[in-house]
Amino acid sequence: MIGDLFARELRVINCGLEGFAQKLTLLGVTVIHVEWSPPAGGDPRKAALLAALEDEEA
Amino acid sequence: MTRAGLVRKSAYQDSVALLALARDLRTTAGVREVAALMGTPANHDLLRQSGLLTAEAESAGPNDLVIVVDADSESHARAALARADELLEARQRQRRSTGRVLPRTMESAFRQLPGANLALISVPGAWAAAEARKALRLGLHVMLFSDNVSVEDEVALKRVARDRGLLLMGPDCGTAYLGGTPLGFANVVPRGRVGLVAASGTGLQQVACLLAAGGEGISQAVGVGGRDMSRAVGGAMTLDALDALGTDAATELVVVIGKPPAPEIERQVEDKLRGLGKPAVVALLGGKAGGAPGASKVRRVATLEDAAAAALSALRRETWTARPFSGDGAAIHRRIAEARAALTSGQRAVHGLYAGGTLAYEATLLLESLLGPVTGNLRPHVDGIHRVIDFGADEFTLGHAHPMIDPASRIEGVAALAKDPRVAVLLLDIVLGHGAAPDPAGDLAPALRAAREVARQEGRTLHVVACVIGTADDPQGLAAQVAQLEDAGAWVLPSNAQAARAAAGIAGANL
Repeated sequence: MIGDLFARELRVINCGLEGFAQKLTLLGVTVIHVEWSPPAGGDPRKAALLAALEDEEA
Repeated sequence: MTRAGLVRKSAYQDSVALLALARDLRTTAGVREVAALMGTPANHDLLRQSGLLTAEAESAGPNDLVIVVDADSESHARAALARADELLEARQRQRRSTGRVLPRTMESAFRQLPGANLALISVPGAWAAAEARKALRLGLHVMLFSDNVSVEDEVALKRVARDRGLLLMGPDCGTAYLGGTPLGFANVVPRGRVGLVAASGTGLQQVACLLAAGGEGISQAVGVGGRDMSRAVGGAMTLDALDALGTDAATELVVVIGKPPAPEIERQVEDKLRGLGKPAVVALLGGKAGGAPGASKVRRVATLEDAAAAALSALRRETWTARPFSGDGAAIHRRIAEARAALTSGQRAVHGLYAGGTLAYEATLLLESLLGPVTGNLRPHVDGIHRVIDFGADEFTLGHAHPMIDPASRIEGVAALAKDPRVAVLLLDIVLGHGAAPDPAGDLAPALRAAREVARQEGRTLHVVACVIGTADDPQGLAAQVAQLEDAGAWVLPSNAQAARAAAGIAGANL
């Protein structure tokens, strides 16, 4: 599976610093930037709990 | 003086965008001080400590943008805030001009980009594990650039990744190259035959740049995070990445970079390397050097530079021996002697101010072996006159951009050190490449000149010794960055190891 990542064309979801998405675009890499902001009203513990719940549901 | 501020509700900006905004506003007429940050509790504390916390800023939440300006007059303060509005609007306009509505979550991004295979995550540490978990659940490999992620989260994320056959690079994975594509902080290097697995971002950059200087390139480079080979994490991603490099047709030689692992992990890594069927070079800084037991194709080396040099020699089927300096040894020793002769009797210390964590660690090891105990944030319980500070450590980057992007913390460090009569040598690294500051040498050069001048006025010569981690093809240009440092009075050596040795020599070490 990791070997696939080495061999196939990269298609990137960029979540965080927007500059990374811009650089990848300039290099011709397919990238989509997430307009991210802290979820759960900015409470990291609540966000982690929500993510863990979603994990269980998945 | 007038203070003015604005709060923009639900207007999250990343740390690099905030830095760019603050930089621009500082150049506005009449502006003395600017704070541009998100309204997190930690940032409220920062504003309070610097006396910039206004009532309005105090009401801001983690998703609210806060800008506070100190200016000469009310009109200057108002003009600066108007400029901030203008810059934020321009940013929004630029985003809208793509004609695409940006997704707000990992899941909607995945729906918009069919066949996505990698999530590059660089949100603040408190949020990073949750985003990485979402990405893994979607079947994405992850490069987790964020730092300040707990080891418990790292263990849990890597367990999920392994179960799903996915790669999780990081946390604090600064650099990677996949199929020739540079990710994160990465230098412009050619594609080639060397596959790297690194528990270190700047260590990977140093090796990649030295390979490029020797005409060789990278097939794949996987950053696994600094703790991957610890007992807690168990080498999960190092071992999986080595398996993948073993079957990667483009990789002819493997280089492993990190700190000495837990003994049982080291055995597993060695077993894995023996079974690869490809030659390997292992640089576990602070570990043993020489041939690995029972593995003739596995070479252990002591420094990052040696890793690159040994790899180049192995690919050329040449024999290799470690050398302290790559240039004209006699000339280097003469220069060291001249520099030493210019010192006062009280100047005996080397102080290293680093942006790269592994570079700081490597310098600490070399200085310890040549000069004795070295203190600093990598060695907090050691006493000694020599000191190395890693300004990229978590305690400096919480709520701030990394020193490879924002030179402010190191500039302060240089100014403080200039007044210390014990310091003989200021040792530093300058890291170039994608993601790094557009002109890092130019950012530091005025501070270096000023520090040397402060020392001169007090009757001392402060030597500056540096290395530049970069290539001719990097956006900043290696030669131009070296020239700026030399113009500011620095001695620039071709590698971090050589710079540390030269600094130790000037401070009296017997090389």
